[in-house]
Amino acid sequence: MYNFDLVRPTSIDEAVAALGEEEAQPLGGGQTLIPTLKQRLAMPSKLVSLTAIAEMKGVCKTDDNALAIGGGTNHATVAQEAAADFPGLAHLAANIGDPAVRSRGTIGGSLANNDPSACYPAAALGTGATIKTNKREIAADDYFQGMFATALEEGEIITEVRLPIPEASNYQKFEQPASRFALVGVFVAKYADGVRVAVTGASNDGVFRWSEAEAALSSDFSAGAVDGLSTPDGSGMISDLHGSGDYRAHLVKVLTKRAVAAAS
Amino acid sequence: MTKVSMTVNGKTVSGEVEGRTLLVNFLRDDLHLTGTHVGCDTSQCGACVVHVNGEAVKACTMFAAEADGAEVATIEGMANSDGSLNTIQQAFQDYHGLQCGFCTPGMVMSAAALLKENPKPSEAEVRDYLEGNICRCTGYHNIVRAIMAASGQDVPAVAAE
Ligand SMILES: Cc1cc2nc3c(=O)[nH]c(=O)nc-3n(C[C@H](O)[C@H](O)[C@H](O)COP(=O)(O)OP(=O)(O)OC[C@H]3O[C@@H](n4cnc5c(N)ncnc54)[C@H](O)[C@@H]3O)c2cc1C
Ligand code: FES
Ligand code: FES
Repeated sequence: MYNFDLVRPTSIDEAVAALGEEEAQPLGGGQTLIPTLKQRLAMPSKLVSLTAIAEMKGVCKTDDNALAIGGGTNHATVAQEAAADFPGLAHLAANIGDPAVRSRGTIGGSLANNDPSACYPAAALGTGATIKTNKREIAADDYFQGMFATALEEGEIITEVRLPIPEASNYQKFEQPASRFALVGVFVAKYADGVRVAVTGASNDGVFRWSEAEAALSSDFSAGAVDGLSTPDGSGMISDLHGSGDYRAHLVKVLTKRAVAAAS
Repeated sequence: MTKVSMTVNGKTVSGEVEGRTLLVNFLRDDLHLTGTHVGCDTSQCGACVVHVNGEAVKACTMFAAEADGAEVATIEGMANSDGSLNTIQQAFQDYHGLQCGFCTPGMVMSAAALLKENPKPSEAEVRDYLEGNICRCTGYHNIVRAIMAASGQDVPAVAAE
């Protein structure tokens, strides 16, 4: 690792000021960034740790029936605190990595990183979440811009994520057996005004919505409704030693059916 | 260099660290607590698991400066005050939960975190919790048996299968 200064501000304002310096980068739980630094794939001159900022932590239910999660909240806390109101999200958080990863890794870090195989992007897009930063609010539909690419600007930090609570939801993750990230993951959420289906792990363009399934499930929320759909096109999907694009496309359909059947 | 201080196994310690100093390096190189092992250094194996403020973390994937003011527990602090092995450690010995022993500090720390959160886990829950702890020797069965025994439950006869 190249060396850098590490600072630990205790408020969002202080963090934003520290990030104003050239080559400064935020540090969430470090579960992605520290391995990256070890490989010398990044060389910030300063890391601004967000872990001591109390106002960026915690989970609460809002008046308009959304779950507001501080950007610095770790996966273990979400798994615990979302369980009563939003079991689909709690289950997703409880299956990210392993217990030690879940005690450090944060929702803000995961969404900022936008790994094409990460779990939280599916929940954010699948609920039509709002990503709040120190500057603005970004709709999930505008936020994800391809593999590892997001609408975030330099020095902008995710302070909160608001996810509308669905009537029923479920996340199905088909694990890549070595990394245990999603080989394919599908998040299904049913709302009074329609169903959203978000797919991670599959596309070369990162997380996406499967609109044909959304239309079919909005009129008939049953696993059978997915049967009638043709498998999504595998040609734009990730092909690697773990699975071809066509294999991933097949999994998208299978996992969507399973998610609908398991939705609660 | 920045000054950090924290409590490690109940003792207050302090030292000078660089921004990039990992918690595991501070523990091993500065405090000479070499019980915490580095197996992979890529966040995958769990040999470096310690507790920070009661939670299991990979000490190779956390900066020492981030533990400033924290309470850290390592394998060196696990034995009973008279020096005898604690329940989990003793169970690892009784049930042959180790061979080379390299993964054992991380296994014991993960097991302790599990039993604090879930005092009577099922066998499936033990296996699930150990997802991030890799052992190259034992094939895991005896580790699972040791943890079941440490929780005061009947031990599954898996190793005999
Ligand atoms: C062994 C292992 C298994 C894993 N398995 C999974 C899995 O199954 N599913 C999954 O989804 N993930 C998995 N992960 C990744 C894990 O969830 C990470 O915690 C997460 O992707 C990054 O979050 P972090 O808080 O650790 O961010 P960091 O690693 O600290 O940062 C990641 C990036 O985001 C930036 N950043 C951090 N916080 C913010 C913020 N609030 N605002 C703006 N930018 C920010 C950083 O500058 C950096 O570029 C795994 C990781 C490991 C080590
Ligand atoms: S040495 Fe830390 S996880 Fe392997
Ligand atoms: S006992 Fe050798 S690695 Fe586990």
